[in-house]
Formats: sequence, structure tokens, C-alpha cells
Amino acid sequence: MCLGFPGKIVEMDEYSAVVDIAGTKRDVSIMMLPDEVVVGDWVMVHAGMALARMDEEDAHATLEALAMLAEEMDRMDADETN
Amino acid sequence: MKLIEGFRDKDICAALIKQIEKEATGRYRFMEVCGSHTMAIARFGIKSILPENIELVSGPGCPVCVTPQCEIDGIFKLVEQGAVITTFGDMMKVPGSQGQNLQELKSAGADIRIVFSPLDAIKVAKETGKETVFIGIGFETTAPAVAAVALSAKQQGVKNVSVTPYNKTMPEVLGILLDDENLNIQGFVCPGHVTVVTGTSLYTPMAEHGMAAVITGFEPVDVLTSVLEMVRQVNSGKFEVKNMYGRVVSEKGNEKAQNILNTVYEKAGCWWRGIGWIDNSGLAFRPEYKEYDAFHKFGISLEGEKETPGCRCGEVLKGYIKASDCPLFGSACTPESPVGPCMVSSEGACAAVYKYGE
Ligand code: SF4
Ligand code: SF4
Repeated sequence: MCLGFPGKIVEMDEYSAVVDIAGTKRDVSIMMLPDEVVVGDWVMVHAGMALARMDEEDAHATLEALAMLAEEMDRMDADETN
Repeated sequence: MKLIEGFRDKDICAALIKQIEKEATGRYRFMEVCGSHTMAIARFGIKSILPENIELVSGPGCPVCVTPQCEIDGIFKLVEQGAVITTFGDMMKVPGSQGQNLQELKSAGADIRIVFSPLDAIKVAKETGKETVFIGIGFETTAPAVAAVALSAKQQGVKNVSVTPYNKTMPEVLGILLDDENLNIQGFVCPGHVTVVTGTSLYTPMAEHGMAAVITGFEPVDVLTSVLEMVRQVNSGKFEVKNMYGRVVSEKGNEKAQNILNTVYEKAGCWWRGIGWIDNSGLAFRPEYKEYDAFHKFGISLEGEKETPGCRCGEVLKGYIKASDCPLFGSACTPESPVGPCMVSSEGACAAVYKYGE
């Protein structure tokens, strides 16, 4: 539930950014981002907030792991409603 | 992307298991604090590939699971009063004490919306002009985003939005587990994402109590590596906090997020399902932000059952019993008709066991 998702910043202004998370574009707040970030950086997004900068390799590895867990959870939900 | 493949590589896992078998000469009992770890461990059958002298038990790691029944029931009182509800998806099926849930109420016409960010509640409030509540349930990772609703609403002068004061913090409950002699835990698998906000110092008391604390990711290789690390710490008697979750986790954590928390909230005691009252383990609104406390605003007081009768989530959450030891497990309580939250939340210990077995 408090999982963070890695995404890549595609646009940003002073307060918010558009982040591409596994192909879905989301508006996220950058009010809690500690570092100087620029368009093209990878960040960890949780609950609509960018919480930390990530390096690209880490981001890819985390995305893979999460995609798998998410798939599983979807499957669980699907099983429940069937 | 060699790295990614490496994470799930069978050969690496096999080699790790061999190494663990070789070094694990005693008996070991470790707890995974985090619900996503519970899921990952169940999903990959990690318990079944570990030698039998290593036991992994689930802890109080899912914020939905540890929310007491009276707080869950408070959400339904808000619906009754006509509030527009905004929430994360994982709350939709959590049962109230009358058996109702948000999904059913939504089908019956209540205005209940699943949102991506707590800040979306402000948008909904502006759009509808109605009293809008965000169901804020979470630990340190989520709490700053929930606090941001109050902060932004105040800045923007939005008055018809509020949030439930249900956030909880980790150090105090971990302290209780550390002091619990019945638990007999030698090490903790710690959640990486909470640590992004809090920093690794959160776990220092564990090492001081003579327990291993390893912060790690969600792949089989991650979990197995952390088990090996804990076995080594137990064997050597030298305990430390080990961060295997790389560069997003730092010692200090995210200070901006911590500041937002401290601006909006102050520490307060609160109830944990199955564990009881823990001083200073919750976050209450400071007087300057009290107007964004949904219960204050709607005049709702939370009384009633702290637990669901018959449900043994409490013992499951403290690692005393396995989910399958609960008499309701799989009969009266299933993911389709859950009795306790541990069966509802996709990260709940009972749901994971139901789906994948022990
Ligand atoms: S990351 Fe946090 S909320 Fe998510 S499962 Fe772990 S402890 Fe629970
Ligand atoms: S099986 Fe159901 S009733 Fe039993 S502890 Fe788990 S959630 Fe509670």
C-alpha cells in the first residue's frame, strides 16, 4: 500500500510534474522532492507525490518487481469477483 | 538490463538457498514488517524453499489491516452524513461492523471515488462544491501526502475538504514488538518505502536490542539475500541496520516530507487492531489544522468495537499464530466475504496465505 512507483519526469513546473509511470502519465506534486530534479530524471512516486530521486537502473529493477506484484494482486482481485 | 534479469535468476536463488542452508546452523525466526513483503514471500513460495529451521512470520505491515474496527465504522458514518468520499482502492471492500462496504454503497449511489493522490480530494471538493473527505490511512510513506491535503487546502482557501486522522507511525509499534518476549524474533525484514521518508535510523533500536534489521526490496533474490544477512548477524552476534534497498533510502530520509508531517500533525496515541492502544503511535491534527479533521468537522466520535468478534487478526499481526490457525480462515472468512481486514487487503497476511498457502 505504501509502495512507491518509479517514473520518469516528462514535464515540470515549480510545484508539479508530469511523470510517466510504466506508460501512464500522471500529475504528481514535487513539493517533497528533496533534490534538484530536471526533466528526464527518474523519481519514486507514492500517493501522487514524488518522494525521492532514483537512478535509472534502480528504477527499472523496481518497476519490474512491482509490475509482477501488481499483476498478482489484479489476479487476486479478479478471482474474488469471479 | 542484465541487472533486472539477475533479480529473479533461478541460479542465483539456488546458490543463495545453498549458502543459507550451509550457514544456518541454529534455529531462526524473522519477521517481515511490510505487507508487500508478505505478498512477495507468499507469491514466490519463499517459505517452502527455505530450510525448516528458518521461520518467517508476518508483522503489522499493512496500514489497512491495523486500522481498528471503530475507525473503519467511522468512514460509514461519513457516508451516512452525505460526504463525498475519496479513497485509495484498497479500502473499497473493507467490511464495516454491519457487513457493509464502500463498494456496495457506491453501487447503491453514494458518491465514493477512487483517487490516485490525496490531493485529488481538493479537486473533487472544488468540482462538486460538496463536503469531500479523503480516507487517509497509512504509515510514514503516505502520511505526508495526506498532510499535504490540509496544507494545500489551507493555502488555497478551500474549506469543504477534510481527511480522516488515521495515519500511524512505525517506531512505536516496532518498539512494542521488540519488547515482546513471546515473539522470539531475531531479525526484521524492513520496508524500503517507509524508510525513504523516515530514514534508516528508524531501525537503530532493533540493532541495539540485539536483532538484525535489513531493509530490502521485493524480489526473491532481495528477500533471500536479506535472510542470509540476518542469519549471519545472528551467528556472529553483531547486529546492525543493513540497507540493501540502495540509493532511494538514506540515513536521514526525506526531510521535506518530515517537515510537512510536523507542520500539520502532532504525535498522539491511537488504537491498532489486534495490538491495542499505543502511546504516540498516531498523528493528530495540530490545532491550526483541526478544521481539516473530518471527524472534528462532522462531529463524529469513534466508539465501539476495536476488534471484529471472532477475528484473530491481532494474533496474526503479532506473529503469534499463522493465518490458517484462525478458526474462521477459509470457512467463514475468505477474500470474497472477508471477516477481518487481513483477508481484504491484498497485502494482508490472511489473504496472502489464502491465495498461495503457507
Ligand atoms: S510499503 Fe508500507 S504500506 Fe506498503 S506494504 Fe510495506 S509497510 Fe505496508
Ligand atoms: S482469517 Fe479472517 S477472521 Fe481470521 S484472522 Fe484472518 S482476517 Fe481475521
